[in-house]
Amino acid sequence: MGFFRNLFGGRIETPSAPDEGGVRIPRRSTGFNQFTRAILRPDGQRILDLGSTSSSNINFITGLGHRAYNEDVLMAANASRLAVPGPEEGSTTVDVERFLAEDLLYEPESFDAVLFWDVCDYLPEPLVKPVVERIYQITKPHGALLAFFHTRDAGAEAPYYRYHIKSAETLELQQGPHFQLQRVFQNRHVENLFHDYNSIKFFLGKENIREVLLVR
Amino acid sequence: MDTYRADVANIGKSVIIKGELSGSEDLYLDGEVEGNIDLRNYNLVIGPNGRVRANVHAKEVVIHGKVDGNITGVDKVELKKSALLNGDISTQRIVIEDGAFFKGSIDIHKAEVKVDAGRPATQAVAAAKTFSAPAPSVSAVGASATAEKK
Repeated sequence: MGFFRNLFGGRIETPSAPDEGGVRIPRRSTGFNQFTRAILRPDGQRILDLGSTSSSNINFITGLGHRAYNEDVLMAANASRLAVPGPEEGSTTVDVERFLAEDLLYEPESFDAVLFWDVCDYLPEPLVKPVVERIYQITKPHGALLAFFHTRDAGAEAPYYRYHIKSAETLELQQGPHFQLQRVFQNRHVENLFHDYNSIKFFLGKENIREVLLVR
Repeated sequence: MDTYRADVANIGKSVIIKGELSGSEDLYLDGEVEGNIDLRNYNLVIGPNGRVRANVHAKEVVIHGKVDGNITGVDKVELKKSALLNGDISTQRIVIEDGAFFKGSIDIHKAEVKVDAGRPATQAVAAAKTFSAPAPSVSAVGASATAEKK
């Protein structure tokens, strides 16, 4: 789990400016297709997107008759206001308590489904478990969670992508702010991290990505 | 109307308004507002220097700057790449540029087509398009406004 983290000393990296207007790479996604099937009915569900803000995603979700919620967790987690001195001289870490007090603040069991994309792989280490626990708390029973995880073959320099929903089967990837991949989860780590969920399904995605659909 | 225009009301970047801001003409806001903004049938552009801590109600809302508050854009809400919005959006159409930051929920309302009884819908729409706007005015009701020289 700390495969790449040690390379960067657990420091918070300030993301560089996003690659504006970058090309979008289409990718078929079985995991997202299954996620879409899970949220088709009834109308009026509350769907939380934790990735970069995307009007395609909002249009897709609201087009299904649902209410879209957006919170860019990675941008919030890397905000300078959360940076506090780390254990080693000159290092910084993230103020977990402050993050939980100011971000991902919703009533318990607020959402019918959550899009987590591959955010977990880029989160600062101290936030991984608290964020996963908070997501569990704010998801309704039987609610769905879609998460992507890199395989080891992706390499430490795997770029961070914004995920845009093109259709129920296809996503478009666009290079986003330069966040550093922090770690690679093995399947066992994923199962342990999400052990509270009722079911977990793995789908082999393209380009060194595993897709995981969880049901609370 | 997504950048500064001389023919719309303009609140410059040195102006700070605390209170209720209402009006009946399009508004370009590049200053600070704390309170409420209500333009109902008119358009609002929050410029790159705009800092708004208020609930906003307008026909179309374009945001370049920072907003803490809920946005109701009857026709459309547009977040430009420099926009930072903490609050909920209620609108018919939404456009978000890559790089915009948004934290909140979105309610998309379907367009309501009002048809006069005894008149075909196409005529009703044409009549609505030729409706002339009342004399423009923008007011800061019950507000204290200060202008600082830079």
